[in-house]
Amino acid sequence: MGRADDRQRILLISSAIFIVLVITLTLSLKRSTGFQWILSGLTVGSIYALIAMGFSVIYSSTRVINFAQGEFSMLGGMLMYSISVKGGVPPWIGFILSVLIVTLVGAGLERVAIHPLKEQSVIAVIIVTIGLAIFLRALAKWIWGTDPVKIASFSGDKPLRFLGASIVPQSFWVFGFTVIAVVLVFIFFNRTLVGKGIRAAAMNKDAASLVGVSSSTSSLLAWTIAAALGASAGIVIAPINFAAYNVGIMLGLKGFTAAVLGGLGSFPGAVAGGLVLGVLEMITAGVVPSGYKDAVAFVILILVLLIRPQGLLGKSEDVKV
Amino acid sequence: MIRKKRFSVAFVFTTCILVALTLALGGCGNSGAGKTYKIGVILSLSGPSAPLGQSEQRSIQLLEKDLQKGDGINGGKVQFIIEDDESDPAKANVAVNKLIDQEGVAAIIGCSSTGSTLAIAPTVKKKQIPCVAMAAGTAVTQPTEKWLFSVAPSDVLVVQRVLMYFRDEAKVKNVAILHDSNAYGTGGADVFNAQAPKYGVKVVADESYGSADTDMTAQLTKITQTPAQAILVWGTNPGPASIAKNIQQLNIKIPFVASSGIANQKFIELAGSAANGVVFAASRLILPSTIPAGSDWEKAVNDFSSEYKAAYNISIDTFAAHGWDAGNMVVNAMKKAGTESTDICDRIEQVKDYPGVDGVFTYSPTNHAGLKVNALIMVKIVNGQWTQDKPSGGSSK
Repeated sequence: MGRADDRQRILLISSAIFIVLVITLTLSLKRSTGFQWILSGLTVGSIYALIAMGFSVIYSSTRVINFAQGEFSMLGGMLMYSISVKGGVPPWIGFILSVLIVTLVGAGLERVAIHPLKEQSVIAVIIVTIGLAIFLRALAKWIWGTDPVKIASFSGDKPLRFLGASIVPQSFWVFGFTVIAVVLVFIFFNRTLVGKGIRAAAMNKDAASLVGVSSSTSSLLAWTIAAALGASAGIVIAPINFAAYNVGIMLGLKGFTAAVLGGLGSFPGAVAGGLVLGVLEMITAGVVPSGYKDAVAFVILILVLLIRPQGLLGKSEDVKV
Repeated sequence: MIRKKRFSVAFVFTTCILVALTLALGGCGNSGAGKTYKIGVILSLSGPSAPLGQSEQRSIQLLEKDLQKGDGINGGKVQFIIEDDESDPAKANVAVNKLIDQEGVAAIIGCSSTGSTLAIAPTVKKKQIPCVAMAAGTAVTQPTEKWLFSVAPSDVLVVQRVLMYFRDEAKVKNVAILHDSNAYGTGGADVFNAQAPKYGVKVVADESYGSADTDMTAQLTKITQTPAQAILVWGTNPGPASIAKNIQQLNIKIPFVASSGIANQKFIELAGSAANGVVFAASRLILPSTIPAGSDWEKAVNDFSSEYKAAYNISIDTFAAHGWDAGNMVVNAMKKAGTESTDICDRIEQVKDYPGVDGVFTYSPTNHAGLKVNALIMVKIVNGQWTQDKPSGGSSK
């Protein structure tokens, strides 16, 4: 393990970056098109990265893939709309309130729908999360209707231009938030006792409970964190992608793809997976007929699953007894 | 021969008596003819298409009330039996079978969406029941299907209006298409590609995006490298709003032209300042001032909108207009044809220059789409408001 594994990983990341750069540079001969694609790709990619982190939080704590993760973001955006846009509450209070409500919803759902299944297989729980996603979507449709809504950008819409490409200010909020989120989550799970305990419980429930870490509490904590993360991500990205009752499906799918691409359970992997997916999508849309854009993303996902199932940055899980 | 003659004499005699009785009893429709005219209605009252179906339902119910107050159909009672397809084509098909087999309706009004309409088309064809749809999809009226009509301005009509705009008003020869990859977007793009040569317009790029995509800058930068003089966007919210924002972000100067998919206030709300300058094709109904003054059409719109407003205290929209026009089309045909389905069909095909709310309708055995291209105008968004785009085609009347 150890060194050889690291070397292989570095090789893979660098080759991925290399391919992206080569494709881009060859195409950027004409003005600054390639640079624009990278900028747009990074913006979209950091949205995927944020959702992917939510997947990773629950996966690394409980080995469950939460297909309702995208719906937390949807709820965050829609609540922000009701509280701040419709209700006139100052945005930062609206932000806190929305995140708080979604966090409570996430924790509540864990207690009502996930906790009772603690003796069941992981697959059963995953299927329940699909049910939760459908439930939340229907609930949102009932409350807010089907129309997408607009949430104003945090600091205006005037695009910034450099090197011939342009970027909207909200993208920087998304970048910044992604960085803060990954650092906080990484520190929590790798440096704090509670975080380490949660990860321990995921690896071995019984052993962890012997040393005083309850798998029930850790599951609740993971869902709480994932809901808070998803909700705040949903609010930060809403000015770019418009909030609507059905945005959770796309966010969930792309976020999941990014998480698998980067390595499920790895937080830096989630970010890398999201960014790579976003940039690749943009370049594909620019190079091949744009109708094939999503197909390319999913072909990459399948290739990764075949060649490197643990993802770009994931650790291979050889369970040794 | 003799028997037949005697029969027809008897028939005429009975009819005379019936007519006399009806007249004698005056407006009392229930007893006079004693006949109930059943019309099946299939609408999307729940699910994603619910906003369409609910507006249409209000119009149908208003029409039913009017008929009850008045003479009904030739003194006979009219009954609209409304079914909800839940925006699901499969459920529309269940509903149409129920309406025809169990309720014995003489005609169908519906559906709200193209998908549901196409799902019931084989059934109405097989059972030979006339059906007036409120869906705009090309496939509803092309090719012409004997039993299937539509009152909505079809996508072909919208394409023709946009092409007229490019040729006559904007003087644009090279166009880039950017369309949603769903049925609406690809359908529109296909029709446009097929019709463009007739108008001397060349499609220099044909790009697409996913309905849930939020960033189309890659497609747009690609388009800027072609000789395109205009970008034609075919999709519904929120895609075109994202495109408008991306165009503003990339500082692209060529005009943004769109289909009637953005003919709603939601687009302006979502795109904000990026909506300004966008031109799209839409029914004249969204800018009532563009309907020829003093025309029968204007009168039909005014009468309907004041009645609708009085009943529901909300303004009419295009879907309310579809419901009203489809309902009247069937009722008017039945007034002449009774409940004989072939006759109803023939009567609708004979409709000529009928002033509805959506526009002036003319059907024929080869044209079941009803409206003409002059029912549409190009609308420009200026300071967040709809205005008629100036170098007007002047194609009205």
